[in-house]
Amino acid sequence: MQAGHALLIDFGSTYTKLRAVDLEARRLAGSAQGPSTIATDITEGLQQALNALEARLGALPAFRHRLASSSAAGGLRMVTIGLVRDLTAEAARRAALGAGARVIGTFTHHLTRADIATITDWQPDVVLLAGGTDGGNREVILHNAAALGSAGLRCPVVLAGNRSAADEARERLGALEVRTAENVMPRHNELNIEPARAAIRQVFIDRIVEAKGIERARERLDAVLMPTPAAVLEAARLLADGAGTDRPGLGDVLVVDPGGATTDVHSVCAGLPAEGVIPRGLPEPRVKRTVEGDLGMRHNAATLVETVGIAAIAREAGVPEDTAEAICAGFAGAVERLPQTDAEHAVDAALARLAVGRAVARHAGTLETVYTAAGAATVQHGKNLSGVSTVIGTGGALAHARDAGSILAATAADPHDPTSLRPRAPRFLLDREYLLYACGLLASVAPETAYDLALASLEPLAGGEPP
Amino acid sequence: MGGQTLVTGVIGSDTHIVGNRILNIGLEKAGYQIVALGALTPAEEFVDAAIETAADAILVSSLYGQGELDCRGFRDLCVEAGIGDILLYIGGNLVVGKQSWESVEQRFLDMGFDRAFPPGTRPEDVVAALEADFARRGAGGRGD
Repeated sequence: MQAGHALLIDFGSTYTKLRAVDLEARRLAGSAQGPSTIATDITEGLQQALNALEARLGALPAFRHRLASSSAAGGLRMVTIGLVRDLTAEAARRAALGAGARVIGTFTHHLTRADIATITDWQPDVVLLAGGTDGGNREVILHNAAALGSAGLRCPVVLAGNRSAADEARERLGALEVRTAENVMPRHNELNIEPARAAIRQVFIDRIVEAKGIERARERLDAVLMPTPAAVLEAARLLADGAGTDRPGLGDVLVVDPGGATTDVHSVCAGLPAEGVIPRGLPEPRVKRTVEGDLGMRHNAATLVETVGIAAIAREAGVPEDTAEAICAGFAGAVERLPQTDAEHAVDAALARLAVGRAVARHAGTLETVYTAAGAATVQHGKNLSGVSTVIGTGGALAHARDAGSILAATAADPHDPTSLRPRAPRFLLDREYLLYACGLLASVAPETAYDLALASLEPLAGGEPP
Repeated sequence: MGGQTLVTGVIGSDTHIVGNRILNIGLEKAGYQIVALGALTPAEEFVDAAIETAADAILVSSLYGQGELDCRGFRDLCVEAGIGDILLYIGGNLVVGKQSWESVEQRFLDMGFDRAFPPGTRPEDVVAALEADFARRGAGGRGD
């Protein structure tokens, strides 16, 4: 049992958010936020947030742990490179997403001069270079390493490809800072993304914090541990797996976060096919994160409208199409805008329902019937979420929604579409206090406390049972 | 001999896996590295796997009589993917109905397969063919 308090900080793109946790009572002591001041001096926003917290608590406790995550300055912007699109390139992408990165580009096969110019121009924070199974293709990763090595890039490279080519690839990367990890796909169709994930996270701790101007806050912190999406993923893992011997965990968990720019989906489950169903394609990671860049409710409201169609949004919201159109246009231009009128609330909820429904449908696997000489056979592509028992909503859009339960219900399986392997009968929980990221951070020093705190803070929706 | 990497699998909507497994065991015993794709494998997956693993040969099985349809354009797919010179074998119940083996074999050779094997082929026959072909092509088969 630990006494004292922990301070959990999220350096976001708009706000610096604080959660103070009483470690002994295992409860949230207070929340506060200040502006994000990453462009000038990050400590300004942090100080304002601390002042607000002090005003709320009376006095600031001496914090035993001070841990932070960050999605400021564009988050952890990564480029991933593999050989074949559906094999090492996909494995590399999954490793980067699992590390909480924003994947700004994925490249396959030989990098061209134009590719190199694009990558250099983007100035990613980290490049993940993969390609070839162990003992497999060497030629492409060596070509790509040489191309990156002479490109004038500044960022660190995580090298996680064919181990037979690792030494030579490292040499060809020249003066770039290189971290070598185990191959993301050591044998054909064998996914091994944890070592690359860990290497990316280490680069984040060692280098990115500095590059993003967060080092000024360093003396006020123990560590900036991970990108904020990785902290949410850690919380999902903690909730699913539990902590210690007497906290067995909730079992299979899905977490959705419909945001302004993207909709993130995290799942922790094996996702294996039902009996008699044949799996196809790359195996799925048990801890999986996907990011849908075209399903955002503010920055990407226009893209979302394009993706699902204004008619679907109007129908879902129960408002005329021209009203829906005007409201969506308003949202797209006003990123921090909360819904005011009834119609705005209805459209906001419709956008959220469509965004999480589509995002979970893409995260989930699908069934396909194949007719063989021996009769029909069922094939599964992707991850089977049908047995997921708990769906958790997090993020501002859900916390502020009038009926978060109806939004989360869009994640569940649709009886009219039995080919989509979404959760069949989940219960819905809401992270109303925005504590999941904080629990993900706290899990690194006090997993049992973090687990109890997460469970206590999740609010059951739509008449569901508390966790 | 041996040491080369071979991609094996059953092509198309074909679930017959037993013969393919027996073949894999025989090939492994002969010292080859096997990348086994199993049943219901689309042509593209053979090619993708061969690229990532830098395979020296692709051995396609087809047991349900639709081999000709499934394998059409297989060599072209390899050419497009940059592994046009890879050694390609096909074997199994390749066609339906009574047709002379010679005409069936010729059809698959014309499609770009280096060898076609009739039903009843034993793993050691395939090993002998591989050894001969790799020896002819030079040690290491394809290499990079």
